[in-house]
Amino acid sequence: MTEPVNWPDDIFRVLKEGGIRQVAYVPDAGHTRLINLCRDDNAIRAIGLTTEEEGVALLAGAWLGGQRGALLMQSSGVGNCINMLSLITQCRFPLLSIVTMRGQWGEFNPWQVPMGQNTGETLRLAGTLVYPVDEASRIGETVEQAARLAFEGGISVAVLIAQRVIGSKTFGKTEHE
Amino acid sequence: MSEKSENFALRRRAIVKAILAERGDMLVIGGLGSAAWDITDAGDSPLNFPLWGAMGGTVAIGLGLAIAQPQRRVLVLSGDGDLLMGVGSLATVAVQAPNNLAIVALDNERYGETGMQETATASGVDLTGIARACGFPIAATIRDEAEFAAALPRIRGAAGPCFFTIKVRAEKLPLVLPPKDGSELKLRFRRALLGES
Repeated sequence: MTEPVNWPDDIFRVLKEGGIRQVAYVPDAGHTRLINLCRDDNAIRAIGLTTEEEGVALLAGAWLGGQRGALLMQSSGVGNCINMLSLITQCRFPLLSIVTMRGQWGEFNPWQVPMGQNTGETLRLAGTLVYPVDEASRIGETVEQAARLAFEGGISVAVLIAQRVIGSKTFGKTEHE
Repeated sequence: MSEKSENFALRRRAIVKAILAERGDMLVIGGLGSAAWDITDAGDSPLNFPLWGAMGGTVAIGLGLAIAQPQRRVLVLSGDGDLLMGVGSLATVAVQAPNNLAIVALDNERYGETGMQETATASGVDLTGIARACGFPIAATIRDEAEFAAALPRIRGAAGPCFFTIKVRAEKLPLVLPPKDGSELKLRFRRALLGES
């Protein structure tokens, strides 16, 4: 099912080329490789969060200080960000979010469905531009364009990576990595 | 807990004025409500970023700024209600351990903007204890003038991250409002710090 494209590495390359210096995250299985790449890179500060809204605020602070950042999270984490996105829209801070989707394709955990089925709409209502992508080969370019929009335009932009690309999670089995 | 915060000795406006009197090139984030009014009362500056919202996010903003500007002192001044809402960010700060970041909790044990309802600190929740348990190398509670005088140089310059709870009197004070437009606050800060918007 997973296409033979190394999309986490594509994103990482885009983040590096885009001058991203702070990568804030609440872990998601789909973001594992990208988080590890960021943690291993000396020019990127990888910042584990206790909740996703912290990342929204943190990256506003980073921009105040002259650094670009990105927020990595899963779809359920988007729900935690909503009020903090007021900070982004009111101050017209740039915000680049990269969201791995749950609650979509072959989801085994119904508790992921309420946010997973409404992530895009929720973000739009909170003033964020949303770019869903469900082809592995297009993820890199989508993040690149999202980053340009965010940082050149002072806009909150989120890329939603479909669960079909990531593979559905199975506990105790390894049919997908 | 034993003493009501209406009777605390230290007054927030005088405390904040004293901290900012010799601020140098310090970068200051003021949490929503009273702390934002306090830093404005002490003298508005483009290197102040006062918040009108984003409750619970003040410390995280300070962290992102401190990481981006490691050569500059970053001071977060905020209230107990705001800090309690984002208390997890104290763990995040302790892990990142920026030595240029100081956090001051102006703890009046009340939600000051909404009717002076008690916060959890009025029932004994100890923000300094939380910071210490998270791993802040410096964490202290200040209750009187002598303790404040001793702490002042550390607030301004000790290698951190530092966390200070200053127990301040619960009192209603005149509003001293900073600019309200968030974009203006952002642009003036970046111009003053970076020379660009």
